[in-house]
Amino acid sequence: MNFEQKHIDALKELLYKMADDQLIIGHRNSEWTGLGPVLEEDIAFSSMAQDKIGQAYQLYSILNELGESDPDTVAFTRNAEQFHCCELVTLPIGGFDFSLVRHFYFDNAELLRFESLAQSTFDPLAMLAKKYKGEIKYHVMHANTWIKQLANGNEESKAKMQNAINNTFADALGIFEKGPYEDVLIEIGFFMGEDALKKQWYDKIKTFVESVGLSIPALDSATPNLGGRAGKHSAYLQPMLTEMTEVYAIDPSADW
Amino acid sequence: MIIKSADPRVEREQIVAEETFSGLKAMDFWQTYEVFHQEKRGEQHQHVGSVHAPDAEMAILFAKEQYARRGQTANIWVVKSADVVATEYEDTDIFETTPDKFHRDPGSYKVMDRINAYKERIKEETGA
Repeated sequence: MNFEQKHIDALKELLYKMADDQLIIGHRNSEWTGLGPVLEEDIAFSSMAQDKIGQAYQLYSILNELGESDPDTVAFTRNAEQFHCCELVTLPIGGFDFSLVRHFYFDNAELLRFESLAQSTFDPLAMLAKKYKGEIKYHVMHANTWIKQLANGNEESKAKMQNAINNTFADALGIFEKGPYEDVLIEIGFFMGEDALKKQWYDKIKTFVESVGLSIPALDSATPNLGGRAGKHSAYLQPMLTEMTEVYAIDPSADW
Repeated sequence: MIIKSADPRVEREQIVAEETFSGLKAMDFWQTYEVFHQEKRGEQHQHVGSVHAPDAEMAILFAKEQYARRGQTANIWVVKSADVVATEYEDTDIFETTPDKFHRDPGSYKVMDRINAYKERIKEETGA
């Protein structure tokens, strides 16, 4: 398929926001290494963080084929305002309640996003979506199992889950922030679009959350935390990037 | 010697009607689960270790990460460690066996001769 320039630009917008989301949440979740609530969960969280970095690498590789710099350069040499990740993924890990609910919101959206992308008219993305199907399915299984467990634990664990669900909802809605090329992406069939994804996501998590005895805020009850897709981030992202790129910055040409 | 029946329908378990419950201590509800890993469908599940988890569903999650993160996996079983029935180490001598039982040794059977003869015959008949 021959694409026009606007299609290439639209594709880059989509790939950048997805890859940046995965790189940043992968790094954030890796901050749990050594601090997880129990040994087994410590390993699980770290393992899933590695999966995310791997997914980001593959998406940056597609960008590389579209003319962008190589994955390491793209990942390690940009400033916060050059990242297109949503605000949700940039936030510090907080307590395990917040990190778990963020993981729940994000990966349920990722699963639906990748299911949709498996039908993408851009073949490399469709192939990648099929390749990562199992990995993301497991991430959702992990998040849902934990939420169910804590929702049925005791009053304290249930209250912590409900509070985290309520308090993180506006940030989660920022996942679905649209970029300038949204209509182009939908028109050529690269992606079903953020509005359609948001609706699918909300229906799915609402059903699940209610099935474990918790509730989800109404979709129109929160003002989405937007700006991340356009590079407008809170003060949290840059210090994280500085730490993430610390070793790379010492010698960018070093061989690993 | 008094012989007691092992049949639970005859010998009823004596269950104390009201056990005093002093409440769970922290982490009391966590148990260990034994993990069995199957590499390919149809193969035997192999015992690979154990995980600590509050219930079977969580044990599956943890087992996936501890024992199926690397290498091929088709299926995983988890079983409560408490449900495993085992022999006592003081009874290990029951597995000792004296050598003078040639009749039990598979070397006593001459079946291979017949199998080879059968294979030879088939080969001749089909010309394979």
